[in-house]
Amino acid sequence: MSNVSIDPTEYDASFGDYFALLKPRVMSLVVFTALVGLLAAPSSLHPVEAFSAVLFIAIGAGASGALNMWWDADIDAVMKRTVGRPIPSGRVTPDAALSIGTALSGLSVVMLGLATNWHAAGWLAFTIFFYVVIYSMWLKRSTPQNIVIGGAAGAFPPLVGWVAATGSISVEAVLMFAIIFMWTPPHFWALALFTRMDYDDAKVPMLTVTHGRPSARKHIFVYSILLTVLAIAAGFTAIGGPLYLAVALVCSFILMRDALKIMRRDDDAAEADNYAVEKSFFKFSLWYLFALFMAILIGALTAQWGLGGWT
Amino acid sequence: MSLTKQSELHRRRDGRNKMVALCLVAFMALLVALSLTKLRTSGATEGFDHVVRPALEGVSE
Repeated sequence: MSNVSIDPTEYDASFGDYFALLKPRVMSLVVFTALVGLLAAPSSLHPVEAFSAVLFIAIGAGASGALNMWWDADIDAVMKRTVGRPIPSGRVTPDAALSIGTALSGLSVVMLGLATNWHAAGWLAFTIFFYVVIYSMWLKRSTPQNIVIGGAAGAFPPLVGWVAATGSISVEAVLMFAIIFMWTPPHFWALALFTRMDYDDAKVPMLTVTHGRPSARKHIFVYSILLTVLAIAAGFTAIGGPLYLAVALVCSFILMRDALKIMRRDDDAAEADNYAVEKSFFKFSLWYLFALFMAILIGALTAQWGLGGWT
Repeated sequence: MSLTKQSELHRRRDGRNKMVALCLVAFMALLVALSLTKLRTSGATEGFDHVVRPALEGVSE
């Protein structure tokens, strides 16, 4: 930690340091899934309204990321993956992160309400509250199911996008939420398997620590089954269609194959090949989610040619 | 603090201020675009004033 620390009295944060508080990589995923939710919805918004909706959903997500970094600065400082973040590295003060997170939270909710509707704004406000208070402050440090709870916060953007376009919730919006919700735990448990020391040092009750690594391997497999069921079920709704169903079947097959490999092997085997299967599962799960949502998006944009939806 | 450090600090601060200004200008432009879009897509917008408006009769009942 000490080798990346900066004396705050001699450092004036750059714009990039503040931008890093918003977790740009997470924001890019939020932009993508919110856009899919918005474009897959049966009713459409004016392009300016749609742009504003996605922008403010992304800013809301970024604001909750800044508040999360403010709250979790102590554990970020002891994990290799997070030690370079703006607060533990001394580039941004905790107070500045709190101020930016709070201000952007308020701005994003109000602006989403004005740009689209207050139902969507309410969901965005709930998402921020859920991520910051329920997940970061309350459950992350107290339950090994923390990743499951945190996954819910990351799963809201397509639902908010859908509600921004339609003004109401439907089974398709809930399914998009459920897919990301069920995708998150196996994705991060795979990460926890090959970055074990970090979570131990930070005293975050990861499943791999509290229930043991064999249990985490079984959990990855079970959640992958549930994810597969949801992903295929979505194929038979209005957001599905021949293209989506084909993508979901192929990708779910690969995911299940890797999840089965993870469950069947132990740490000795994993260490022998430097956690190659776990790392491969982690990387592929990112592509899995991207492929599903890209298929929904392409289906929505090409519905008139029969690729999306069922006629 | 040496001159080099000062100039580095000022350069970073200058860059930050310019980016904040750019964000504020972009936000204002978005507000204008959004307002115009709302006005164009929300149809005729009429409100009661101190003149009799036959087109609005019955709206408040």
